[in-house]
This record gives sequence, C-alpha cells and structure tokens, in this order.
Amino acid sequence: MALQHGADAVYLGLRDATNARNFGGLNFTEADIRTGVAEAHACGAEVLFAINTFAQMGAVAQWQRAVDAAADLGADAVIMADAGLMGYACERHPELRLHLSVQGSATHADAIELMRERFHIRRVVLPRVLSLAQIGKLARQTSVELEVFGFGSLCVMAEGRCLLSSYATGDSPNNKGVCSPAHAVRWTEQDGTMQARLSGILIDSYAPGEPAGYPTLCKGRFEVEGERGYVLEEPTSLNALSLLPALIDMGIAAIKIEGRQRSPRYVGDVVGVLRAAIDAACADPARFVPRQEWQSTLGRHAEGDQVTQGAYDRPWR
Amino acid sequence: MPEIAAAAMPQAVAMPDFGIALGPLLYYWPREAVMQFYASVADAPVDRVYLGETVCTRRHEVRHAQWLEIAQMLRDAGKEVVLSTPVLVESDTDIAWMRRACAQDDYLVEANDLGAVRCMAGRPFVGGPHLNVYHADTLAWLAGLGAAGCVAPVEMDGGTLAALAAARPTGMRLEAFVWGRLPLAFSARCFTARHHRLRKDSCEFRCMDYPDGLVAATGEGQAFFTLNGVQTQSATCLDLCAEALAMARMGVGMLRVSPHSSGTLQVVQQLAAIRAGEQAPAASGITPAGAQPCNGYWHGSAGIAWEARA
Repeated sequence: MALQHGADAVYLGLRDATNARNFGGLNFTEADIRTGVAEAHACGAEVLFAINTFAQMGAVAQWQRAVDAAADLGADAVIMADAGLMGYACERHPELRLHLSVQGSATHADAIELMRERFHIRRVVLPRVLSLAQIGKLARQTSVELEVFGFGSLCVMAEGRCLLSSYATGDSPNNKGVCSPAHAVRWTEQDGTMQARLSGILIDSYAPGEPAGYPTLCKGRFEVEGERGYVLEEPTSLNALSLLPALIDMGIAAIKIEGRQRSPRYVGDVVGVLRAAIDAACADPARFVPRQEWQSTLGRHAEGDQVTQGAYDRPWR
Repeated sequence: MPEIAAAAMPQAVAMPDFGIALGPLLYYWPREAVMQFYASVADAPVDRVYLGETVCTRRHEVRHAQWLEIAQMLRDAGKEVVLSTPVLVESDTDIAWMRRACAQDDYLVEANDLGAVRCMAGRPFVGGPHLNVYHADTLAWLAGLGAAGCVAPVEMDGGTLAALAAARPTGMRLEAFVWGRLPLAFSARCFTARHHRLRKDSCEFRCMDYPDGLVAATGEGQAFFTLNGVQTQSATCLDLCAEALAMARMGVGMLRVSPHSSGTLQVVQQLAAIRAGEQAPAASGITPAGAQPCNGYWHGSAGIAWEARA
C-alpha cells in the first residue's frame, strides 16, 4: 500500500520486542519480509529495519539475531537506538547502513556527531522536541542526513526518555517496545460514563456521547490543584505539510510518516498526500500551498480531530 | 521503624560497602534554600554530591559561579563533587551549559546526554541515568569512552541490575537510585507553565512555588505524576533503603538519594546507619510532601507499585 502510493522507503520490524511497535498482530515473519523486501526493491524503494528498542540484559542475543536477520534479509538500513547493539552491528556487518532512531535522543550536533564517529551513522531521526529553527541549525552543523516527522501521532515527551508507560504498567518503549500496552487497558462503564484504565489507574473518563480515545498515558486527563484537564498533551496529530518547503530548503533527507499500527487505508491516504505535497513543494517551493483536499484527507486520519505543527512552531513557547 | 539492636548483628562478618550519593537537585528552589540545603549536606554522611541544574536552563537562582562555590565548600568538607549536565539539550543555552561543565577539569562530570559524552573526549565521567544503559555491551562502550561510573535506568529491576553489575568492566562504579521521586520523562514543553496557562519563555518561574513538584492526580484522586517544569516525575517516592545491602552485595557501589525539601538527610542518615551495621536494612518510611512510597520497578513490575518487605 505504501509503495503503491509513492513512499520512497518503508519501515518494518520483526515480531518481537526488538522494535518499538511490539503489539499483537503487527510486524512480520522472516518469510513475509523476504517477499516484501523484493517487492520494495522492484519498485525502487528502500526497506528500513527498525531495531530501535534497548536490548535487555540476559537477552542481548535476541537483539543481535535481529541485526543479523536484517543484514541477511537485505535491509537497506537498520534504524537503532542502543549503542551497545550498534557496536555489534558495526563489527559484524560493516556494510550495513545504520540510522540513529528517534529513541536515541540525539537532540543536538554533539550527540549526533558522537554516533557518527563511533558507528558511522548515515542518518538521524530527530526527536519531536526541536523547533524548525533548531532543525535548520542542526542541518548546517552535521554531515549526517536528517529525517523528521511529517505526520502522525505526537509524542510530547523526548523519545527514548519517557518511562511513564512502565511506571504505570511495567512495560515501556525502552524495555518492551510498547507504550500504554493493550494488555493493560481496561474499559469500564459506570452510570453511562466510560472509564479508560491502564493497570487499574484511571487515565480518562468520558461523558455519554463524548468520543473516547485510546488511553495513552500522556494524553489522559488528570487533576492538578483541583483543575481537571489534559495536563500533558491534548490528543492531536502532527501535520507538517505547510512546512515542507522550509524542510526541503534545509536539506532534510526524509520526511517520516508514523505508519505502523495503522490501517492500510491510513497508509495509502497519508502516503499519497505526502507524495503529492513533497513533489509539489520540490517543483515550486516558493508557490507551495497545501491543497485543501490534502488537509482534509490528513484531517480524517488525525488523532483527536486536531492537528498541530507540534514543536516545529512552538505555539506554547 | 523496624530496627534490631546492634548487639544482634553478626559482628565478625564484614558489612558490604557502598557510597551514598546525593543526586542533582531536580527542583527550582530559592537561592537561600539551596545554600542552606548544601550547607547541611556538608555535615551529612554523604560521599558524593552531584551539583548543577539538569532540568531547565531557564532556571537561574543559583548562577554557575555559585554552584562552583558550593562545589568548593563541599569538597572542603570531604565530599566528592560531580557536576551534572542538562538532560534534554536543545537550546543554545542548554548546549553552552553542557559544554561549560564538560570543559572544566576540577570536578568529575555526570554526562546526561550523548553530546556530553562526546564533549568529555575520553576524560573520566559518570554516565547519567538517562543514557539508557540497559546491558553490559553498552556499559562497556561507555567505559571505553571514559565512563568511570554509570547510573542505572530507574526502570531496571533488581535481577537485571545484579546481572549488569556482575558484568561491569573493571573499575566501573555502578550507581542506582534508592530514594526520591522518580524522574520519568522530559519534554520541550513546560507542564508547570502549561498548568498556569503561561508560555514557556514567559513562565514566571512558577516551578519555584513547588519545592517538591506539582502533583497530578487521576479522576479518582490517586496521585500519579509530579510536574516539575519540562520534567515529569512519579508522584510516589522510591524507597529502596531495604535493599541497600543487597545492592552493595551485587556490586552496586553507589546509592543515590534524590534531594527533596524534607526527609532527604534523614534518609541519608538511615543509609549510613545501615552501612555501619547499626540498623537493619528497612524501608526508610520517609517520603516528601505526603507521597506514597514505591518500589515496583525493583520487583520487575509497574514502577508505581509498592511491595512491603516480607
């Protein structure tokens, strides 16, 4: 679906805790991957393997096997966050291209350069905490390619530095590849009010008729000094469409769409819009204006029916 | 407080040794309060003190020169001083603060992000708790870059910590949190300012009104998070004092107490008594600002959980 609609590269992960989307029913077996990689390469697209969680003491071999599998299955690059594991990849598979995952929390040039010097990373996915100006500055400071998020759910926390999920459930993106995992979610109804709980902790409750969202911890409603509300972040989606000319001008190598754990319809629609928008912005950046139909398509797939440019324009700054 | 008489302790057996570290002050206190706090630390049985602002570089009550004065005062009192770098480094100010700490050679540095590790350029440093050292290969990598010590991620369970300690490189001093609200997340956004409907750049430094952070509770009144500017902490207070000797035995050489407006030095005293064999290891029973205790991560469950020792 992503390839048909014009993606230049697709991410995938093995079916275990070695990637940050370790949810039931997701991800691929090795046989699926072999077919998928061949198909992508036939379309001229790249396949990027996500091995972007932190290997756990006593199970490091599982993560190392995932790196071996990526090399064996023809990965164009592996996106990683764990320094110990990147060392393994460099040593065993020197030809394998490495990207630093957003989970690696490299927010400035010194951090990126360390990983380039040590592991020859070719690209870094920037955490969603940086402003457009900061990204522009980084682009001038490093020879490493930059990849930024263009559309999808918004992490308000610096990626790789958020343990809220394990605090409530025991499982986090770092240790299990999950955030607010489905096994910990319970929906209960009381007097018409829908309650969403994680490991028994009330994350949000919805009045009759109020649309209910998945109880992601940072998007819950809590009480501070007697006031109830979205203490950390309202459910919104990131949409950087109108920033495309600026990002292209900075020399950003890739725009990332949050795509896994999503329906084929989402993937097709969002990739199609981004493909058209990027082509238009590259062809005539000065006159680029996001088309209304693009925005309404993206709006249909936005979480919480709201979109934001997130940290890029920092309305809260 | 469950306590056993000193006479009941087996005198002949050497007690496992550990150092007591005071982590960096995570809150924004008035200068006077900071000065008073560290003056009292000088007399406390603390071995190592981490100094500096790690959460938000807008905070300026204690200027760099004053941090250095505190550092000198504590060194004169026989403490080992470590200067901590900011955790989330993005603005020019963040970068300047990080580089300034890394550029000096008077004190050891706690490197709290990968950029600080690079700036240490092979000189000895302590890897901070947010460097995500989950296994021995990463620990060895850091050691190769100069790490003389490393703080384990707060979500690491006791069994894993034991395995990591057993596999640590020679000379590496592993450190773990034992007391205080847990630092859980960092954001570019300031949640204290958001609560007050202020922008981050004109935040009026409201975090100074909350010496132990601002608690966010669930709709059922369960204290859940603590907002501390751009940092989100647990509302519960970690208490692993009962595990102090077990940690030392597994090779964790340094136990970290995180400063709060009350209770901090009492906990330090208890740890010192446990180390001296004057007190049996037990939960401190002390928490700041009426917080509930937690130790779930240690037991491999949710961090918020509390399992009283059998």
